[in-house]
Amino acid sequence: MHSSLWLTALLVVPLLGMALLIPFRKVTKGAYIVGVATAAVELAISLVVLFLYNSGIKGAGTFDFAYRLIVAAPFGLAYDVAVSGISIVMIVLTAIVVVVALLGARETKHEVAFVCWMLFLLMATMGAFVSHDLLEFFLFFELTLVPSYFLIAQWGGPERARAALKFFIYTFFGSGFLLVGILYLGFAHLHQAGGDLNFSYGILSGTSLSHGTEVWLFIAFAISFAIKSPIFPFHTWSPIAYAEAPTSGSMVLSALLAKLGTYGLLVFAVGLFPLALHTIQPYVLTLAVIGILYGSALAAVSKDMKRLVAYSSLAQVGFITLGTVTGSKLAMVGAVLLMFNHGVITAAFFLIIGYIEKRRGSYLLADLKGLQGPAPVLAALFTVVMLASIGLPGLSGFISEFLILLGTFGTHQWWGIVATTGVLFSALYLLWAYQQVFQGKAEGPNATIKDVSGRERLIILPLIMLIVGLGVFPQPLLNRITPSVQQIVVHVAPTGVSK
Amino acid sequence: MKLVAPSIHYLAIAPELALLGGALLLLFASALRPSRISNLQATVVTAASSIAVVVIAFFQWSDVASHGARTTIDHAIALDGFSIVASAIVGVGLLLSTLVAHDWAKRANVRNGEFSILALAASSGAVIMAQANDLVVIFIALEILSIGLYVLVAFDRHRAASSEAALKYFLMGGFASAVFIYGAALVYGATGTTNLSSISYFLGKNELLRPGLLIAGGALLLVGFSFKVAAAPFHSWAPDVYQGAPSPVTGFMASIVKVGAFAAFVRVLISALGTQQDTWRPIFWVLIVLTTFVGAGLALVQRDAKRLLAYSSINHAGFMLLGLWAGTVRGAAATLYYLITYAPLVIATFAIVTLMGGPNDTSHAVESYRGLARRQPWLGGAFAILLLAQAGAPFTTGFFAKFSVLSAAVDAGGAPIAIIAMVAASIAFFFYLRWTLSLYAEDALDAPRIVVPWPTALVIAFGVVTTIVFGIWVGPFADLAHKATLLFLP
Repeated sequence: MHSSLWLTALLVVPLLGMALLIPFRKVTKGAYIVGVATAAVELAISLVVLFLYNSGIKGAGTFDFAYRLIVAAPFGLAYDVAVSGISIVMIVLTAIVVVVALLGARETKHEVAFVCWMLFLLMATMGAFVSHDLLEFFLFFELTLVPSYFLIAQWGGPERARAALKFFIYTFFGSGFLLVGILYLGFAHLHQAGGDLNFSYGILSGTSLSHGTEVWLFIAFAISFAIKSPIFPFHTWSPIAYAEAPTSGSMVLSALLAKLGTYGLLVFAVGLFPLALHTIQPYVLTLAVIGILYGSALAAVSKDMKRLVAYSSLAQVGFITLGTVTGSKLAMVGAVLLMFNHGVITAAFFLIIGYIEKRRGSYLLADLKGLQGPAPVLAALFTVVMLASIGLPGLSGFISEFLILLGTFGTHQWWGIVATTGVLFSALYLLWAYQQVFQGKAEGPNATIKDVSGRERLIILPLIMLIVGLGVFPQPLLNRITPSVQQIVVHVAPTGVSK
Repeated sequence: MKLVAPSIHYLAIAPELALLGGALLLLFASALRPSRISNLQATVVTAASSIAVVVIAFFQWSDVASHGARTTIDHAIALDGFSIVASAIVGVGLLLSTLVAHDWAKRANVRNGEFSILALAASSGAVIMAQANDLVVIFIALEILSIGLYVLVAFDRHRAASSEAALKYFLMGGFASAVFIYGAALVYGATGTTNLSSISYFLGKNELLRPGLLIAGGALLLVGFSFKVAAAPFHSWAPDVYQGAPSPVTGFMASIVKVGAFAAFVRVLISALGTQQDTWRPIFWVLIVLTTFVGAGLALVQRDAKRLLAYSSINHAGFMLLGLWAGTVRGAAATLYYLITYAPLVIATFAIVTLMGGPNDTSHAVESYRGLARRQPWLGGAFAILLLAQAGAPFTTGFFAKFSVLSAAVDAGGAPIAIIAMVAASIAFFFYLRWTLSLYAEDALDAPRIVVPWPTALVIAFGVVTTIVFGIWVGPFADLAHKATLLFLP
């Protein structure tokens, strides 16, 4: 068992960074430097945690770095941290995306406040991923709303107020169900086992509930996570929020906050109510498949690049959901891997769109044409990311989607067949977009844009390396993910689906 | 017939004695030497009395912890954990309000002597309400509290709105008191006693064949209380009165009245009428839904900061009622926790509203807060934190206040109402968040700078620091509310 101080450091470092902003606020570029440095330290710590992580500690499931401290016994509130093979992947993703977002999508207007909110968001997201307690998870889950609201509403595009409002109302509405569900579960356990009120993940997973109750709780949890992810038909907030948010906001929203939803669905909904899964499965699978097709269709007719990526995210989240609820181990491993890969890919997409927007002042497809002439490197970067998103073998998207589809075919053949067409659609809409934006003859302002600078290349390099590297050699992540997924699958298995 | 004076446990009534003592001291001093009472002296006396209340609470706590809860003065006054904590909150609330009022009085050129006397008297009413174990004593305490407040609301004589608010408050409040005493009479008719413990004992031992009288009496009590805590549909006075009253009075009223009324409400419902839970729960259900939604929904469209905060306080009242709905120990503890955390929050919020109101206490448009945090980062930042805490953002006491009542409701089988309340909370969260965002707007940078006198600054800092510190270090107040309720008079 490793020291939990590493995880505590993940929460404290961003706060220290925020404190450092005060003395550095008047220095030129001070906020920028402090923000990037803090996120870099965070990334370093998260990598240490990734390498130290040991899934084989006796009696701890696959959890490591565990520590539990009761904060308020009457409320059942505890500071309870631990990481599993699933959360460790998300922690690293969080740190990477925030570093890249701070570096690559700088906001010079009110920079101190911007960096402050970004670091706050980093802390809240980290908190949610390291939580090993439902109430604590909820606190951080909810806390992410505040910085994201301010990031969208203050640094967003012309319709930012409406976007922020929609984003906020939807997600807060969903979390109401989650909180009540958590409370219900906690009290069900209290009334069974006595003792103190307790929301510890390990303890609550042992609560025996009637099938009907499990189904209701699963639904309550799933609504909240489906809104956050977003899963069709709860997605209507996401296109406008992704489109109106500043580049860094879109990156964080789609790459990280959406993952809070899919992560919650896997770990908390499926993990805690495995018996309900059997009843719910057909519905969620259907929604996932609809999400894949619907997202692809809307992406194909999108008029701007940000909405295109937003809808393609909807399709990708459909794949993640599919893998999460099939109950097949392969598909679940693929789903977790896709959470990571999609996080990297979509962050890279939004970063590139940010580069384009900075040059052209627009991300509308109609305004862009023939960019590959004046900016060949930009086109090449986009191509790599696009191909990864399509699922070209050798790039990271392929393996995760392949695992998901393979697992789904084993358990739910027909859904698998329909979902596979989604892969084709993604090739269709992304190549279309590429044609419109990069091919043809550049005229007017399109002809004179500058190619990506050395600095911009350097910033996007880590994402490209992850896309290529994990496409060839995903084993380090798979080794960590698999035992933890196994833990969840063991509980799901009695419902009769294959392992 | 020989009359025997009931024995008095003086420690039990020491808080109200301290408050009334302060009031009397100022009253005589200002009557005898009118020229000598400065605002500072009045503030010092009030502050000393309120600190005394808090200090006495510690002694009372150790007394109750070692000897158990007890009643005194012929069982009319209860000394238990619940009353101790409630009166300590009143003490803290009075202290904070006095500091705010001191600065306001200086700016508005109001002589503070009378103000302090009335505030002290009203606070003593709130304390007695928290301790009262008899419907008649509750009524008297309610009147002491209310009469003081009627005058305080009208204190700004130069402003017609202030008098108008006082008249409205007086008419509504008088009506509510009448309803309340009528309810008390009917309950007496049904049970033969006005003592809460005896009512509980009687109802526990006897099955009422014709419960109509008790139900009618209980319903009237409920209406009376609902007026006082501004629960919908009995809330209509609150926005007008909150808006018209001098701002420091509004903050004082928002905290003290809620503490006193809710403490008595808990005692009547859970202690006296606990056996009738099945009768009053459905009524509460409707009250809670109306109150949370009216508060949250109408706050959305307000343009006056004080009216907005009035609706926000209505929304808060709905959540406090949720703890009562549960009707359990956990529910009572949750409501108490809500009161503990709410009082400093709302007073600090109104402290800033008082400053923003200017010398005439008239500039209260929500619009005038635009860009406040850009002009004055510390003041605006503090206000942002207070608003987020009132909204219930995680890691503030506001979150755990809502969490505690929701958990009590779910524990008592109220998952549906908890979900409904959460929907209202999401609406409420939104208007707080929108207001917070407007503090950071950039298009209103040329408003005059607000000077923050240090006593008011102290109050604001107190509100901000407690909400964050105890929003992270949640244990102390959660344990306090929990223990206080366990030391509840059976």
